[in-house]
Amino acid sequence: MKNNVKRELPAELMAALNYKGFESTDIGHPDIQRVAPKVHVTTGEDKVVDSIVDVVKATVKDGMTISFHHHFRNGDFVFNQVMRAIIDEGIQDLTLAPSSLTGIMNDMVVEAIKAGTVTNITSSGMRGSLGDFVSHGGLKNPVIFRSHGNRARAIEHGDIKIDVAFLGVPNADKLGNANGMAGKAVFGSLGYALMDAQYADQVVLLTDNLATYPNTPASIKQTQVDYVVKIDQVGDPDKIGSGATRFTKDPKELKIAQTVNDVIVNSPYFKNGFSFQTGSGGAALAVTRYLRQAMLDNQIKASFALGGITKPTTDLLAEGLVDKIMDVQDFDRGAAESMQSNPNQQEIDASWYADPDNKGAMVDQLDVAILSALEIDTDYNVNVMSGSDGVIRGAIGGHQDAATAKLTIISAPLVRGRLATIVPAVTTVVTPGDSIDVVVTEYGIAINPQRQDLIEALSHVPGVPVYTIDQLQQLAEKKVGTPKPLEFTDRTVAMIEYRDGTIIDTIKEVKD
Amino acid sequence: MAENEARLRRTMMFVPGNNPAMVKDAGIYGADSIMFDLEDAVSMAEKDAARILVYEALQTQDYGQAELVVRVNGLDTEYYHDDVKAMVKAGIDVIRLPKVESADMIQTLEEDVAAAETEFGIPVGTTHVMAAIESAKGVLNAPAIAAASDRMIGVALSAEDYTTDMKTHRYPDGAELEFARNMVLHAARAAGVAAFDTVFTNMADPDGFYRETRHIHQLGFDGKSLVNPRQIAMVNSVYEPTKDEVVKAQKVIAAIEEARIKGSGVISMNGQMVDRPVVLRAQRVMQLAEVSNLLDEEGNYLEK
Repeated sequence: MKNNVKRELPAELMAALNYKGFESTDIGHPDIQRVAPKVHVTTGEDKVVDSIVDVVKATVKDGMTISFHHHFRNGDFVFNQVMRAIIDEGIQDLTLAPSSLTGIMNDMVVEAIKAGTVTNITSSGMRGSLGDFVSHGGLKNPVIFRSHGNRARAIEHGDIKIDVAFLGVPNADKLGNANGMAGKAVFGSLGYALMDAQYADQVVLLTDNLATYPNTPASIKQTQVDYVVKIDQVGDPDKIGSGATRFTKDPKELKIAQTVNDVIVNSPYFKNGFSFQTGSGGAALAVTRYLRQAMLDNQIKASFALGGITKPTTDLLAEGLVDKIMDVQDFDRGAAESMQSNPNQQEIDASWYADPDNKGAMVDQLDVAILSALEIDTDYNVNVMSGSDGVIRGAIGGHQDAATAKLTIISAPLVRGRLATIVPAVTTVVTPGDSIDVVVTEYGIAINPQRQDLIEALSHVPGVPVYTIDQLQQLAEKKVGTPKPLEFTDRTVAMIEYRDGTIIDTIKEVKD
Repeated sequence: MAENEARLRRTMMFVPGNNPAMVKDAGIYGADSIMFDLEDAVSMAEKDAARILVYEALQTQDYGQAELVVRVNGLDTEYYHDDVKAMVKAGIDVIRLPKVESADMIQTLEEDVAAAETEFGIPVGTTHVMAAIESAKGVLNAPAIAAASDRMIGVALSAEDYTTDMKTHRYPDGAELEFARNMVLHAARAAGVAAFDTVFTNMADPDGFYRETRHIHQLGFDGKSLVNPRQIAMVNSVYEPTKDEVVKAQKVIAAIEEARIKGSGVISMNGQMVDRPVVLRAQRVMQLAEVSNLLDEEGNYLEK
């Protein structure tokens, strides 16, 4: 069977897992029944325990689904300690359902798979040795990849039924009132973890900082929490910040960022009260800087900035160029600290941020989204998941979700080294071309022909050459040549859900 | 002289000939001229590799409207002949000879270029040349060097070697370069070729870069040699005409057009005759306005 982005899907697996193929980016107006967690009633005695092992013994049983958040990113000290205890207890057949998996977790997950402790995984993404392991068939059952908004949807639907959530926090009181803003290893918004806290049957907080009761502001509330585990250190503050936090000096990145800015400024959406999401990484920070200047020059203010937040964005808030920040995660310490000090930086959970099955999510109100890509094809489909060797090395993150913006811009170099970024067909479709409006490269831009209004608005911007996507693909191919096709076996190692829970593509085991 | 005087040469971006990524991306920054370097940027061990890389890039990459220049190794090196032959064969626009001290050196280059053109079946005279002047002797001989060949498109001052030769070094105010700059510039103008100012390497000092660029713009240089693509927009902004200049130039152009329609040999504006220098300047302003994206598709000034 083929879905609507022309991907052949494995019929047997689709039927076994009760999946439908992707049809449309249009969510429609279905009636949704949400689930509720089981509550083990307590009357508020002290929930503090000292031993991770004791909590694991009390909560985790064979066959359960356990979850973690990834707000500590590569500074996470919680995941490995909890998983160590679970593996050592000899627990089997767990489904691991974190908001995402970061590099520091890789070796432990591989060990847990080899031990039979983990037999299913759903995540936003995976990289490095774990991605390599899974792509080479290391896990029997296919990994299910979901966007942040889709994970919220799946949890609300019961597609992901979390039995025990282990959530590291930089502060909590004895009953479990906690936030991500105060303490040593602060990361700001608890956006993704709030879903787990709300829907898991059992919620275990882990903290190195027991605050005086009642601890406010409370993002996670005592009404949701079963245990508070005191540990030595929840995270390494120096490794929580992700990627580049400094303005790039790479002339090519700057050129792309400037062109992205030109596209935004010349679009019909650049007007007072507009909204945007930029994401992280050097080029995104550069866009924010150019956008700031354009807002000053044109006396335009934004109503809100959305999504993963960086310091350059919180600087816009402080400067009054942005009225509100709707914050699902913070990529650096500056953004996390701003959340504590600025009441206009609102913490939002993943459902509020991007859940499609909602009474309105923030992404539905988003004007401009700037997203990256590993590959883009001539149908504008985007891959952010599999590398040029076919191996899993990425994360959906909020890509599919933010791409529902009115103006979705993909910013990517035409070629990376000897690899074309714009290709005839992406290795893995993650975000469908229907939701992509403009592709920006260092050579020029391509505008989705579905957007005649944008073609009109952007075709005469000085210094911004407009190509068709086919022309850009050919230009890339001319530079780097035609690669030998990747070889895969028939075995499915991962399935990519679209944000509505249909299957947009699968990833096969790589053939060496 | 080779090439028309009208060609814009505000920016000559240096690209190390041994760096594939930079060679590949050289076309995206909008430099008026791209100079692939086979000389100082390339170590002895990589001379052949760089020559091959640039040769292949010239066959396969599209650099758009940019003028393509290669800096070959000096006449006294063992690489010079191979460099010249390979670049002529590749169809390079301009060969830049370093450390030129006499008109003879340019004439030697011209003979070698002509021989290569003949060898590879390229019409003799196709390949242009330019001279880098890097010593006191070169500066004093600049007028003869600039006029040494019909293939000449320009002369460039190279300040690092020159200041060493002069027993000084570079200062922020550039006083040590004043004579050389004026000498090279006058030599270029007298010979009807372009004049390129030297590089400014400290990327951490944008104020210094702007100060120097404004200064050489005021003197009358065509442009500047650049070590970083980020400097291109900075130079272009200095060379960008003001609104007043554009509006004035538009009036002159309109007067020319009016005279042409009337069949009049005399161009007049507001009752006064417009001299040829005014016409030339107006044409140059409009050319700069166009490349500076100051005009809409009908040629009207765009408010920024």
